[in-house]
Amino acid sequence: MIENVSRRALLKNIGLGASALVLYSPLNSLAKTSGSELNALGVFVSIAPNGDVQIVNHRAEMGQGIFTSVPQIIADELEADWQKVAVVQATGDSKFGDQMTGGSASIRRNFAHIRQMGAIARTMLEQAAAKQWQVPVSEVAAKNHYVVHTGSKRKLSFGELAEAASQLPLPDAASVKLKNTGDFKLVGKDVGLKGQEAIVRGEAVYAQDFTLPGMLIASIQRPPVIGGKVKSFDAAEAKKVAGVVDVIQLRDRTLPTDVKPLSGVAVLATNTWAAQEARKKLKIEWDYSDPKAAQNAKHNSSDYLKDLVATVKKKGIEVRKQGDVYAHEYAPDKTLEAVYTGPYQHHMSMEPPAATAWVQKDRCQVWTGTQGPQWARGLVAEEAGMAQEQVEINMLLMGGAFGRKGKNDFTLEAVELSKATGKPVKVIWTREDDVKHGFYHSISANYLKAELTDDGKAEHWLTRVAYPPIASTFNAAAKTPGDFQLSLGFGDIPFDVKNMQAEVGEVESHVRIGWFRAVAMINNGFALGSFVDELAAKADVPTDEMWLRLIGPDRLFSPAKSGFPKWVNYGQESDDYALDTKRMKDVIRLVVEKSNAREKTAKDEGWGVSYAHSFNSYVAAATKVRVKDNKVTLLEMHTAIDCGIAITPDRVKSQMEGAMIMGATSAMLGGITVKDGAVEQNNFYDYPVARMPQIPPLFVHIQPSNAAPGGVGEPGMGPVLASVTNAIYHASGKRIRDLPVSEHMAV
Amino acid sequence: MLKLTVNGKPATLDVDPAMPLLYALRETLGLTATKFGCGAGQCGACTVQLDGEPIRACLTPVSVAAGKSVTTLEGLAVNGELHPVQQAWLDEKVPQCGYCQAGQIMTASALLAKNPTPSDAEITEYMQGNICRCGTYPRIRAAIKSAGAALKKQAGVQVFEPKTKVEANV
Repeated sequence: MIENVSRRALLKNIGLGASALVLYSPLNSLAKTSGSELNALGVFVSIAPNGDVQIVNHRAEMGQGIFTSVPQIIADELEADWQKVAVVQATGDSKFGDQMTGGSASIRRNFAHIRQMGAIARTMLEQAAAKQWQVPVSEVAAKNHYVVHTGSKRKLSFGELAEAASQLPLPDAASVKLKNTGDFKLVGKDVGLKGQEAIVRGEAVYAQDFTLPGMLIASIQRPPVIGGKVKSFDAAEAKKVAGVVDVIQLRDRTLPTDVKPLSGVAVLATNTWAAQEARKKLKIEWDYSDPKAAQNAKHNSSDYLKDLVATVKKKGIEVRKQGDVYAHEYAPDKTLEAVYTGPYQHHMSMEPPAATAWVQKDRCQVWTGTQGPQWARGLVAEEAGMAQEQVEINMLLMGGAFGRKGKNDFTLEAVELSKATGKPVKVIWTREDDVKHGFYHSISANYLKAELTDDGKAEHWLTRVAYPPIASTFNAAAKTPGDFQLSLGFGDIPFDVKNMQAEVGEVESHVRIGWFRAVAMINNGFALGSFVDELAAKADVPTDEMWLRLIGPDRLFSPAKSGFPKWVNYGQESDDYALDTKRMKDVIRLVVEKSNAREKTAKDEGWGVSYAHSFNSYVAAATKVRVKDNKVTLLEMHTAIDCGIAITPDRVKSQMEGAMIMGATSAMLGGITVKDGAVEQNNFYDYPVARMPQIPPLFVHIQPSNAAPGGVGEPGMGPVLASVTNAIYHASGKRIRDLPVSEHMAV
Repeated sequence: MLKLTVNGKPATLDVDPAMPLLYALRETLGLTATKFGCGAGQCGACTVQLDGEPIRACLTPVSVAAGKSVTTLEGLAVNGELHPVQQAWLDEKVPQCGYCQAGQIMTASALLAKNPTPSDAEITEYMQGNICRCGTYPRIRAAIKSAGAALKKQAGVQVFEPKTKVEANV
């Protein structure tokens, strides 16, 4: 089943004239519905005799636009006419290659693979034409939906060649010739976006929307503290609610939680209203006798933050050591020392998690919004007690995800309940469920210390961090950040500073910690960006000037060769992704030039500038604010990004816009607090996110580049938080080191 | 039995009168364009129009809509032709994840029905109850302005109520 674009829109796009000859399975159900004659040219491309092209998007769409970008790359290598391309969504299946949609990795880690998928289909069309004309394949070339014989100018359309091409053996992916990047016709251009019309017509299908006949809706009361179990429950009143079919206790789970369900009690009903109303009538007693659960039940985030601050004020475990920061005697008047903190943060996707599962005797079908469909497939198979081949993961649109929906706990809940009832079950989370049972961005403390030299730079630099690591969700013994987290703006500080040390503190975790857009760059980017601004103020130079001084001369910078042996470059081994200090400085210069952030501002107004590289892209931000009567107003925000080749420039722009707004939210608003092990917030009224009145005009500046593509979804966040608090400082003289801003002034 | 009009077509519902209109639309009538976002009237994802006024379907008991006319996003296009607000949303490439956009569009179209030339301040004031976590606010502002201009061009044409009755799945 292909549900995540409207079927009607899809069929309209594909054209229904053709009759059925389907060679490739993921498209079977669609083809059967439509009766179109699709000829498969590899795993990703199918072509009908009328020339309509179907391209599979195998990654998960959550708003970033990958539903356009992957097919755009394939269509370019294919030499297809974009107007004739319809996009269909893959299921979760390893035959598509990597599908884990996180780490801003869709393009930067799969560009060559995606291009090959288009080139395979193009090669097959060229081979079919050459065979028909009985000429060497070297004499033919695909061009704009035709294959042309260069000598005779004869040509055959893709539609005419499709069936013959589909009979040919699949060329080896590594053997097909890729275009020169200078010959791209679609990549880097604002071609029309796919999937937008279904959204504005209200026809797009999200995980919350999916329906099966006879399906039950489940609403689950989960333990408020991690590790809690159901001691006893009374469902008598709940069962009296009209529409309620059953009340089921989910099975107990072990710690650490992993990405598995939290257990609890589920009310199953014929409609959502009945399930949720009945759930309010459940009486549940929780059991916190597990030693770790008992410890979690004592977790208070305000006390915990004080411990984190105390931890980073002490020497920690070295992760980067270059020169010696401890042998030096620091001049007090030239030395700056600061601790920056931030709260737990929650993704708050507009669509709370939802998933439908139908476990039958010998197969299990799932319809879910997941960033990790293959991960889901393995977990679902285990939950259902089946082989992966018996499990079908249908990828529905996600109404936002931001990392949350990489974890499949909600999907597994649906599987557990469908298995228990023998019926299709859709698990629907309320907003309160979402807020209280998240995988949060870590509460954190970052420490920085540096001494200004006489020429206004630094020779000694010490940084420390402490926060509950993501690894603790999977491994109870994990007390320090993993290499990936340390490589996010902490161990990889690119400064031309002789003595540099980075240390981490060990901490115990008490809630589920997960990936949140930009991950550790949220706190590391805030801390470093703030500290550079403080140094600039101390040296009395513009912030951008201080960044350029600290980054130093143009060079390729290797953190691994600068005392941080555990550096991981977002999974990129290639020299194409070496950190380039010139690119860093260029985006800083670009944002300052475009925003005019060095202008003299009116009283009560100020600009804040910051910079961060992450996920193989380079981003600088400039924000202008007014602070009056202890109230901050955003006036203007800019980001400049160098992400190498920008595949779909408008979606790069929209991701930067989104990152500015989400970054401003993370800096200014909200935060999750925990008391006695339970999350205190509930909904948008106590976990606010930015609304239209808070958002000023936004400007995005994309650095033209032919470099290998970097990430786009997350890098925009990195410099934004500090740009906001730095602007507040320059407008008001008030330095905010502890987020959110709303704790210090009105926002 | 509750009788109401949904997207121009009469609908009869046999549900708990206290059930929020949102679930009657989504689950009983199968009109899933209208989304659940918070269940607390906080985010606007469930916005529909009740006799032309934007309301929060998650907090409105279905009984309140009895005898009245409900318009959802599915009812905005006429004979398949996009409403100028929908067209402006496409032209400005507004949606990211798209989940909040039904509510945004229903609020915006209600605004423009009253005032086709809203100022920035009027747009911001009217739209502040609709949250977008992806961050499409600047494009929503731009789309409302261009939709307003398009609507003014069609002066004299009544475009805010569906002219043709759109089928509700009842």
